[in-house]
Amino acid sequence: MATAPDKAKLDADFSELYKAHLKDVYSYAYYRVGNHHDAEDLTEQTFLQAYRHFARAQQESQGRPLRPWLIRIAHNLAANYYRDRSRRPQTNIDDAGSLSTPHTTEGLVQDRDDLARILRGVQQLPDDRREALIMRFALGMDNREIARALDRTDGATKVLLHRAIRQLEDIVQADSNGDG
Amino acid sequence: MAMADDTFEEMERRLRAALAPVDPPVHLQRKLEDTLDSIVELAADELEAWELKAIKDPRNWPRAAVGPAAAVVVGSGAAVGLVVLRTQRKRHKRRAAAKGVRDLAARTLGDAAREAKKVFDELAPDR
Repeated sequence: MATAPDKAKLDADFSELYKAHLKDVYSYAYYRVGNHHDAEDLTEQTFLQAYRHFARAQQESQGRPLRPWLIRIAHNLAANYYRDRSRRPQTNIDDAGSLSTPHTTEGLVQDRDDLARILRGVQQLPDDRREALIMRFALGMDNREIARALDRTDGATKVLLHRAIRQLEDIVQADSNGDG
Repeated sequence: MAMADDTFEEMERRLRAALAPVDPPVHLQRKLEDTLDSIVELAADELEAWELKAIKDPRNWPRAAVGPAAAVVVGSGAAVGLVVLRTQRKRHKRRAAAKGVRDLAARTLGDAAREAKKVFDELAPDR
């Protein structure tokens, strides 16, 4: 059992983890559940659960970054969220992350249409592929981190990401053809 | 092959734009920090209890405050009680001023050391 000074150090370390990764957890939660309200709930639950198990995680991590562990908690909570509510994620492009700066109104509309198509495509992917893309592109995680978060090998993660992007290309292409 | 690589890279670029990181709302940050502060406050209670237990042991605190000789003089139950009582009196002020749990711990031990020295001076003014 931890002594009080150990606990103080643990709290300080957890505070650092929280500051460093709040945006990561929130971004993950937002793209996973598709709305701010549930993303806030998921983020809060993730950090509370992380706090409960932080001492053990820190001990077992042996100095490795704890972001994959944190995202894995969010991933498990999100899975429960869907199990409880029996629904798929939904993303509102109007609330999504910042658009690249457009030069013209026409450019803005095209960009927004394109981003909306990509987000729709991402939501159609199987869960593991969608998660891997969110971790790579929204959180900037590398293959090793994603592998740890998804409990896979580095090689399997590389293949997963590659297949996810290829499948997304097909989905977006089909969507574009449907629009045209 | 080069064409396929280009398409792949283009899709990666579009994904980076579509899945841009999202800033958490300010009210969520406040709420989370309040929750974590409450938890830390509970930890502070535990910490203070632990420290006071340590302070009550004359083998620990007199050495830090005034040296081994003080342990003999102040090691009586009454003197220990006096140090603990005086240190405890300042706990609300300490908590209000502390910037965190570690800071609170340092302030508590500092107060205890000062009080121990005062008690030692009162009990052995001609040392």
